[in-house]
Order: sequence, then C-alpha cells, then structure tokens
Amino acid sequence: MPDKTIEKTVDALPGDTASTAGVVVTESGPAPEKARSLWSDAWHDLRRNPLFLISAVLIVFLLVMAAWPGLFTSASPRHADLAKHYLGKPNWGNFFAPDWLGYDVQGRSIYARVVYGARASITVGVGVTLAVTVLGTVIGMIAGYFGGWTDSLLSRMTDIFLGIPFLLGALVILNSFDDRTVWVVIMALAFLGWTQIARVARGAVITIKQSDYVVAAKALGASTSRILFRHVLPNAVAPIIVVATIALGGYIAAEATLSFLGVGLGDTAVSWGGDVARGREQLRIAPHTLIIPSVMVSITVLSFLMFGDAVRNALDPKLR
Amino acid sequence: MAELKKTDESMDATPNVAEVETVDAASEEEAVAAFDAPVSRGEPILQVRGLVKHFPLTQGILFKRQVGAVKAVDGISFDLYQGETLGIVGESGCGKSTVARLLMMLEKATAGEVFYKGQDITKLSGRALKAVRRNIQMVFQDPYTSLNPRMTVGDIIGETFEIHPEVAPKGDRRRKVQELLDVVGLNPEYINRYPHQFSGGQRQRIGIARGLALNPEIIICDEPVSALDVSVQAQVVNLMEKLQDEFNLSYLFIAHDLSIVRHISDRVGVMYLGKMAEIGTDTQIYDHPTHPYTQALLSAVPVPDPESREGRERIILTGDVPSPANPPSGCRFRTRCWKAQDKCAEEVPLLAVPERFKGSDSLAAHESACHFAEEKDVVHAA
Amino acid sequence: MTIIDETAESPAPDGAQDAGRPLLEVRDLHVEFSTRDGVAKAVNGVNYSVAAGETLAVLGESGSGKSVTAQAIMGILDMPPGRIPKGEILFRGQDMLKMSGEERRKIRGNKIAMIFQDALSSLNPVLSVGYQLGEMFRVHQGLSKKEAKAKSIELMDRVKIPAAAARVNDYPHQFSGGMRQRIMIAMALALEPDLIIADEPTTALDVTVQAQVMDLLAELQREYHMGLILITHDLGVVADVADKIAVMYAGRIVETAPVHELYKRPAHPYTKGLLESIPRLDQKGQELYAIKGLPPNLTRIPSGCAFNPRCPQAQDICRTDIPQLFPVTEQDGGELAGRGSACHFWKETIHG
Repeated sequence: MPDKTIEKTVDALPGDTASTAGVVVTESGPAPEKARSLWSDAWHDLRRNPLFLISAVLIVFLLVMAAWPGLFTSASPRHADLAKHYLGKPNWGNFFAPDWLGYDVQGRSIYARVVYGARASITVGVGVTLAVTVLGTVIGMIAGYFGGWTDSLLSRMTDIFLGIPFLLGALVILNSFDDRTVWVVIMALAFLGWTQIARVARGAVITIKQSDYVVAAKALGASTSRILFRHVLPNAVAPIIVVATIALGGYIAAEATLSFLGVGLGDTAVSWGGDVARGREQLRIAPHTLIIPSVMVSITVLSFLMFGDAVRNALDPKLR
Repeated sequence: MAELKKTDESMDATPNVAEVETVDAASEEEAVAAFDAPVSRGEPILQVRGLVKHFPLTQGILFKRQVGAVKAVDGISFDLYQGETLGIVGESGCGKSTVARLLMMLEKATAGEVFYKGQDITKLSGRALKAVRRNIQMVFQDPYTSLNPRMTVGDIIGETFEIHPEVAPKGDRRRKVQELLDVVGLNPEYINRYPHQFSGGQRQRIGIARGLALNPEIIICDEPVSALDVSVQAQVVNLMEKLQDEFNLSYLFIAHDLSIVRHISDRVGVMYLGKMAEIGTDTQIYDHPTHPYTQALLSAVPVPDPESREGRERIILTGDVPSPANPPSGCRFRTRCWKAQDKCAEEVPLLAVPERFKGSDSLAAHESACHFAEEKDVVHAA
Repeated sequence: MTIIDETAESPAPDGAQDAGRPLLEVRDLHVEFSTRDGVAKAVNGVNYSVAAGETLAVLGESGSGKSVTAQAIMGILDMPPGRIPKGEILFRGQDMLKMSGEERRKIRGNKIAMIFQDALSSLNPVLSVGYQLGEMFRVHQGLSKKEAKAKSIELMDRVKIPAAAARVNDYPHQFSGGMRQRIMIAMALALEPDLIIADEPTTALDVTVQAQVMDLLAELQREYHMGLILITHDLGVVADVADKIAVMYAGRIVETAPVHELYKRPAHPYTKGLLESIPRLDQKGQELYAIKGLPPNLTRIPSGCAFNPRCPQAQDICRTDIPQLFPVTEQDGGELAGRGSACHFWKETIHG
C-alpha cells in the first residue's frame, strides 16, 4: 500500500527536471528545507514529548547531584550524631537542611545520605551501561557481520551467558570479592549483562549488511573497516541506544538490590540500596529511613525508563 | 509545448495502428541489418564465458553440511560491446540479479570467466580488483535502500573519492560532487541533505551520480526504474540514455519490464532458470522471437492500448517457474512449454543459431536455445 | 456500456442495468493524515461508483490516494493518524461511515472483500491455507471443521489451484507467489461478496503469472456478477479487464472514461502524459516523453489544479482555480457517455 506511507518529499525541486525533454523549469518551490538527519528529526520529536522533558529534567538533576553533592547539602553523610539516634524525625518544613528528612539509626542525616547516595547509583548505572554497550556492540557486530562459524561461536556464547540468572550470577560473583568497590560492581554486572545488547546489535547488523547501500559500498571497493564504521555502525546505533537507555534503569535497580542483599557496595559506601537494607530493621519505629531511599531508587529508575521509552519512540516511530 | 503538439498529431493518427507498425518494422529491419554488421561493433569490452553460480543448501547449526544447491546461474555466456546497452530480461528467480552481482564481484562465481578488456576479473583480488571496480559500477533497484540514510548526499557520492583517492584530489571533491549532481539533474545546493528528504526519482538520480563518480566504462543497472512511479520512470530512462551518449557508457540493463528494455537496449538476452534462452538485437528478439519462452513472455505483457491488445495472440503459460534447486532435465522450459517433446527432456538445447535459420539473412537467425525454434510474431496485432 | 457518475448528485442518465442504483458509491470523500510535517491531505473529494458486474479501475501513482480511498471503504484506515473529515461511502444506499463498528464488520468480508498486493504478508504463516480459508466459513457461517474444510477444497478448485485436496493442509510459504495470490482471491470469494476491492493484485507477480491471475479474477467476477474495484498504477493491466477508469492525482479524480476511450483520446494532460511516457513493446521509439517534475507533497498541494506545476498547458487560471470534473463532449457538443476531465482546458487536450 504505497499510499499509506506519506513520503517526506521535497516537491518541485528546480533542476530535477533538467533532463526531461529539454523543458526549462522555473518552478517556485517552497523555501528549501534544512538538512535533516535522523538525530535532528528525533530531537524535533523529543522536544515536544512531555515524558521526555520530565525525565530529562530529573536525570539532569540526578547527574548534578551525583557529580557535586556539596551543592545540595553541607552536611556529611558519614557524620553520625548519636544524640539524634531515633529522635531524628523528619522536619518537613526545613527544606534542604540536614534534618529535613530526619536522621537514621546511627544519627546520620538522611538528606545528606540521599544526596551522596546518588553518586553510587548513577556511577554504577552509567558505568555498567557504557561497558555493556561497548562489549555487546563489538561482539554483536563481529558475529552479525562476519557470520559463519564466528557467528555460531559467539551466538552460542551469548546463549550461555543469557542462561545465567542475572541477580543470582551477580550474587555469586560479588560474594567472592571482599573489597567491593564501585568498579567491581560495574565489572560484575557488565560481565553478565552484555548479552542483550549483543543480540540486538547482531540482529541489526545482519539486516544492515544485506542492504543495498552496503552492497554499493562493497561494489565501490570499500574496505571492511570502512563498511563497518561508516555504514553498518551508524545505522545499528539507534536500536542499541534504545536498549541501552532502557537497561540503564535496570542496572540502577540491580545495584540497589545487591546492596540491599549485602553483596553490593561495601558497608562503608554511601548507597541507596545499603540504606534501604539498614532501614528495613527500623521499619516499625522509623519507616522514613526505609521509605526515603526507596523512593529515590524508584524515581531514578523510572526517570531512566521514561527517558529510554521517549528515545525509542523518537528514533523508531514505527515501534509505537 | 511544441512537444505535446507533435504528439497530439501522432495520437490522432493512431486508429490504424497495425498499418503504421508494419511500415515501421520494415524500415527498421534495414536499419538493424546495417547496424548488425560485425565490423561496426568493435571489440567487446566485457566477455562472459560459461558463468555459473550455485548457492549451497546446508543443514545443521554449528557444523553445516551441504544437501544440495540452488543453481541460480548455470552457464551463461554473452558479450557486451563498448557504448551499447545489453538488456537482460526474465522473471523473478531466473538468475538475472545474480548475474549482476557476479559481474560486480560481489559474489564469487562457482565457475566461468568474465573478461574485462581481455583480463579475467573473476581471478582478481585486492588492489587489482579495486582498480577494475573503478571501471565497472552499478545502479541499484531500490532507491530507498541503496543510499545510506545516515549520510548526506555529499558524503554518499564523495565516499567514492575517499575509496579511490586518485580520482579526485581532496580539495576538489566537493566541487566534483556538485558537478555530478548537476549532471544527473539535481540542484547542487542539496549536497548537505539526507536521502529521506528526496523522492524516489531523485534518489535514483543520486544513485546514478554515485555510479558515475569514478567515470566507469560499464554500468550494471539492476532494475533501475522498477521501483519508480510511471511518470518518473521516463525521466530516469531519458537521463540514463543521455548519460550513455555523453560518457560513452556500456550498460548491462537488467529488468523484468520488457517495454523499457526494448526502449533502451541495442541487444537483448532472455533468461530462464539460470540459462540464456535467446539473445539477439532488440528487433530480432521482439519482432522475430524464436524461443517459445520469449514468445510467451512477450505475449503476456499487458499493453496500454486495448485495441492493439485485442488483435494480439496471447500465450498463457500454465504452472509456475520450477525451483532452481531442482531444475527439469534437458530444456528447463519444457515443463511449461506447449511444444515440448521427448527430446526436450533428454537433450539440453544449446544457445546457437538454429539449424533451420543458418545462413539465412532473416532476422530470425539469431541465437536461441530451443530444439524446435520457430519464428512467431506475438507483439504486433494480427 | 455502463456510465460513470460525474457528480454524485446527477445519476447516470440512461442508468446501469441494476435498476440505476450503484452497488457502492463514494461521495466527496476526504481523508487526511497528521504527520511530522503537518497535515497530509491524501484524499480531497473523491466521487466514484461501481455497479454489480462492473469493473472500475482506479489508476494512480503512489501518493495519489487510490489505496487510501480503498482503505476508507474497507474501514481499515489507521485512525489516528488518519481522519475522514468529510464525505460519504454508500453501500447499497447506506452510508457506511455512519454505521457502528459491528455493522461495518458484518459488511466487511461478507459483502465487501479485499485482495492485497502482498499475499505472503496477508496470510498467516503458521496456519495452514485450508485452515485460513475454512475460518471464513466457521466464523461467518458457523460451519463445522469438516464442512469448512470441504468448502475450502472446493474454493481452491475454483481458483484453479492444482491438486487442491492434497495441498489444503500446506502452509503459505509452500506455495508460489501466483498460487498465494490465488489463495487470497479464494479467501475474498469465500463468502460470495457483492464487491471486491483488489489493491495492486498482480504487481508483485511475474508477467506470465500476472496474466493468469488477472484472467481468473475477471472470470470469477463475471461468474458471480460482482462489482470489482481494481486499484493499480499499471496502465497495461487496466486495459485488459476494466470497464471504466478513474485516474487519480493528488487525492482527486482527474479523469473518468470508459476504458477504450481513455487510451484513444485522453482528456486530461496528466493521463495523456502518462500514456506517452510508457515505452512501447511493439515499436522502438526515440526519446521518451517525460512528465516533468515530481508528484506533489501531500502536505503542500499546489493551489488551483494540483497538476499545474507539471503541466505543459498550465495557464494562470490553473494556478488559482481548482477545476471540477467537467463532462467531456465531442467537438460538436455530442455526448460522450461516462467521460469527465478535471482540466480547465479539456477541450484543447482532447480535441486540440
């Protein structure tokens, strides 16, 4: 049904008819449009998407908080004032003050811990996503482009990793580390999480390598690296970005879960997941010590999921 | 305006179509006879000899074993001369697109040779192959998939110079790209636009510009207009003819639309199930076909003229094209042929001038792979 | 010969055989789509009608609105982004656009069926052909599985699929393109509809198979005395089977004519240009005539006659006034039944 797809066509281009039976054309077309790439089209859509705007504002806010926590509070997340132990009910009216959200069981400012906890969550989330994207794209691209036994081998390997339950695998790996820094957690999660991106990348690359523009580049004598980096990768990147942004929220949730289970970041680290774990013990006496960091995790995960969703809609309108 | 006037007259004069055409054909025969003289053709620029491509059918996931082969192209030979257009027609699955990919060295031939100026290019690789690629370029069928959507028009055409830097020095490339856009009838100012900002016909012009960029001698056109709207097809066909004259190009024009092939081609080859059924000048093939498949194919073409249509004989073939993985023995067309006899199942007919026409100066005396070749005009109204 | 209604208000003077009332009548239909670049006006006031036993060919290029009109008739437009701001689609005198979803569903399939271009994607790959054919009978007529299967085999015989009884349990991919299109036709025929809409039914097929399928369609149409709307871009296919033709451009009908008349004497510059731009099989021409320019962008249709930027005859009036579908007559004013042209200069075009 050719009529259904309304072509974005530049009409009445002067010059287009130069060769047709020698007709001289003086058509007054509309003002020439500007060059429009996929990204500028996507940006055009995103700017009008409230879902995107809300999530983007939240994410920027979280990123700033992770980078410069000092901007938000002067209190230290580690300063324990035992005098405030159990007495530190939230003082809701006192915005951004150390006692705004109350104190935890050890008398530390919950507000300060929420602010400083962002760094761990965001670092793990972004770090895992970057690592997974690079690893998955490379593996997926090699498998998809070269095919044959390379593909068979890499695909089976992907299947094996896919068979490992994500959290259980992470639990086992992290359990064997005594000193669990942010980097250890990132590596462990990336080690288990690359399969999804690899599959998406492989699928995209297989479709793209059969397309006529890749064949055309081959016919021109283009080298394999040129084909991969000029033609295949730029066209495969959109679905990869979509999967990656949506997965980011999941990694933040995974970090919180692992910290909650006691195998995430070490006890000394300030992290939302760890605070949720400790807050659980005071659920009856001081529920806010549990609820506040949980809400932060939820907001962050939700922001990234919404962001990913909006990006997907903008990059691939057909998926809607 | 003047153009339309002229055609108005011819429209008014159409009622007696049949009469007009017989006159045409007679005068054409002389013209063609003169053109066919071997001396005027010179050396072939491309010689294809016994080209074969079998795609293996495999089973198994990690360890594959071959269980058969799709015989996409099964022994094809033809010549392409400097400055001429050789049309290749046939139905889907006849192997015509595989021929294009083989000539472009996009697939490795199972057997056979392709000589470009006397050199067998199927044996080349690396630098020597890249050098040959400069002279043999391709125009693709689908203008929507043949241009990288992430690159601007300038990058798409300019990439040819990045791959072959000796063709254009760096500072000169932008100007060259704009020149090419102008040559194919596009506004050079659109160099920074992306493919999706153009319509199908304009994109095909961009594809043609890319094919022309390296100044090739041969352009292989794989269904270059079949994805375009009727009113735009004519523009692109005219452009291709203009470019051929301007740059002395040789075209291998692969298409399923027999009318367009006749319009643009000097010689035409008809393919069926991986083999060449018949080959000759356009007049020989269209007005004096001797292979039953050519006759059926021609008679089935819908003609936008109900009156001449009603006077024509139509041969409606039964059944479908057999699978190229398991082609019939002997003549491949015999399963759908109304003339088939025992001989056709046993003996593969060779592509040669049929015995009965040998030495005759009739236009029916051209190569045809049929045991029972017989002239039959199916195009003109009875 | 049947007659085309130039306007919905003035029915054909000497009437069709079927008591004057057409089977389907489209009146002043408008369809729009909202796109990233604005509102695309895909159909802008289309009128046509088809009677029982009659074949109407709707001819047009991509973006002419021919398929969108058909989708509006079938009620399978994507809404949104599509919208029908204006118009009526009368089936046996009843406006389908005013019907409830349930009523329309009853007509669709039962009374009006559609055949698509791509048979492979229109058939469900995981169900056998016999099951998909039988589904029509089970759902609409409440037949048992066994009866439905028997009916399916009968139907496959009707569309001349060899060894129907043996192949009834095969899956769509096991059939060739031509056979799949026959199955699509069989599905459309299953409930003996009054009207069939065929959207480019042979475009995806090879020429030798095209002829078989078109012949079959024409034969079955005669047999069942159905109305047939044949949507195509191929002037050649139309010539064989249609009774009358409506040529569409930029969402409007620009010319209507009985089939032979149109090819002999086109009355609209667009039709004329199209006919001249096709190379001939039976003679070798010189340079092809080419219509200059491009089909218009549907979000920015030119003012006046939509064809004016591409038209060799365009005058000032063409840029300002939208031409209505004028009745076309002989030079001496003699009536030309069923002919109309939406060109200010139709006289010059046909008689000039």
